[in-house]
Amino acid sequence: MAEKMELKEVEVWDGNYAASQALRQAQVDVVAAYPITPSTPIVENYGAYVANGYVDGEFVMVESEHAAMSGCVGAAAAGGRVATATSSQGFALMVEVLYQASGMRLPIVMTVVNRALASPLNVRGDHSDMYLGRDSGWIQLDAFNAQEAYDLTLCAFKIGEDLRVRLPVMVHQDGFLTSHTAQNVHTLSDDEAYKFVGDYKPHEEMLDFSKPVTYGAQTEEDWHFEHKAKQHKALIESREVIEEVFAEFKKLTGREYKRVESYMMDDAEVAIVALGTTVETARVAAQQLREEGVKAGVVAPRVFRPFPFDDIRDALENTKAIAVLDRSAPMGAMGALFNEVSAALYTTPNRPLVTNFIYGLGGRDFSVEEAKRIFKEQKAHADAGYITTPIQQFSGVRGPKLGFFETKRGK
Amino acid sequence: MIEIRWHSRAGQGAVTGAKGLGDVVARTGKEVQAFALYGSAKRGAAMRAYNRIDDKQIINHEKHMLPDYVLVIDPALAFTDNITENDKPTTKYIITTHLSKDELISQIPELQDKKDRVFVVDAIGISLDTIGRSIPNTPMLGALMKVSGMFELDFFLDSMKSVLAKFPQKIIDANMEAMTRAYNEVK
Repeated sequence: MAEKMELKEVEVWDGNYAASQALRQAQVDVVAAYPITPSTPIVENYGAYVANGYVDGEFVMVESEHAAMSGCVGAAAAGGRVATATSSQGFALMVEVLYQASGMRLPIVMTVVNRALASPLNVRGDHSDMYLGRDSGWIQLDAFNAQEAYDLTLCAFKIGEDLRVRLPVMVHQDGFLTSHTAQNVHTLSDDEAYKFVGDYKPHEEMLDFSKPVTYGAQTEEDWHFEHKAKQHKALIESREVIEEVFAEFKKLTGREYKRVESYMMDDAEVAIVALGTTVETARVAAQQLREEGVKAGVVAPRVFRPFPFDDIRDALENTKAIAVLDRSAPMGAMGALFNEVSAALYTTPNRPLVTNFIYGLGGRDFSVEEAKRIFKEQKAHADAGYITTPIQQFSGVRGPKLGFFETKRGK
Repeated sequence: MIEIRWHSRAGQGAVTGAKGLGDVVARTGKEVQAFALYGSAKRGAAMRAYNRIDDKQIINHEKHMLPDYVLVIDPALAFTDNITENDKPTTKYIITTHLSKDELISQIPELQDKKDRVFVVDAIGISLDTIGRSIPNTPMLGALMKVSGMFELDFFLDSMKSVLAKFPQKIIDANMEAMTRAYNEVK
């Protein structure tokens, strides 16, 4: 039996430590991992828990992230609770296997500490890796601070392993801004946390020799489409289970999570939509602007996949002007979050004015002052009744001001 | 909100110091944040660490700050790093140096109009004497307790004992002595 760890009710943990503790408390059967900055400490800490007897499961050190995810696929198909951690280039190397995991409906949990993708090489936080996983068929939960990285990692097992879902789940946190920032984290005891996550329920496991099954079969045009359609349906319909798990978590801890987090949105005229730590920094800006009489609010997808098309629309449809912030280089297009939020809002009667900011690439700081400036620009659009700037702009980049595409809904 | 900026070299323990301070402060029911800017910096590279302390949950994640305290734990960085960046008329400086306060200030023009807000402590000398290695982070915390009046020395030392609990008793005792000396010697 694994040793129990005594935790204080409030610990000062960074996001990495919080995620590794959640993995330990979930009593994972197999972790196969290859450490990479900034998620290295998750793997290091987990290795220490195994070595010190706090984990009964196996810890498999592998030769690459491709092997790490492959090991996870094998162990999950065999019938165990499985988890890993990665970032950036490691994530990129895993991509082939990410699609295998979701297509085989294996409920693996992966904590992803978001980091920029090379080149140029950069170890700091942006959302390039998270966006790379967008179409991989995984559920993607996004934490804005260390507490949430802990809470959502516990929720991830319960969501992915639910027999109505059976899909792999990523829990994202911002590299350095969350992963290496220590803050107060309210903990659950080992018993409470494990009771919440629950025992793993094997399903069609390969180690059940009385009932042989095949994973990763080949299907051509005869069945491939049906499999993918079913997988998409499962992902879309996981919304209900996600909400159930969040509700159960709230009952246990008092901490409430929603598929879309809205802040000061009841009467908001202007809004920022963002992901990660930026959500909280924008909330500080909204608080300050409220004191100046600007009705500012912040909306954030807590669940990036399945994309909350429904709840995003409900949160934003009565807003006048919205800035959608993408922390990933869009490379020849509008930012992905902008596109998805815009598509949702296009189906509302009001169709608010929506602009796009690319910001924070490679860990460039995003300040409260800049968030306030962006809010004020939205206020100017709202007052004018049309978008007064290029639709896509860059926030915080040096050199000549960059902007692309003018609105056709002008004065 | 109290904001603290550490100027350090990678390997001198600013991150551990910032997290240790956070740990102690959190025990009093306050909300804390401790983070650093270093990335792939190598041992010896100049780096900065930061603390925020508040009564309510800290949701500001910007790196930008207007520090209430600037803690310099490497003597040379007082000369080469921009330690007065984004300071306020009330910002207090605690600088590790073997020089007297007057000698130090006379060599750093930026500090000349802030004399009453500059404090010096030989955190490197103290750590060499007590811990036997150049680890100026814990003595700096002792000095900070004196200058800020944040906590009584005894309470702080007691809390630090549990923060340092994973170390052998000898090292814990040496750190206690280092913090006490810095508390008494900071000027």
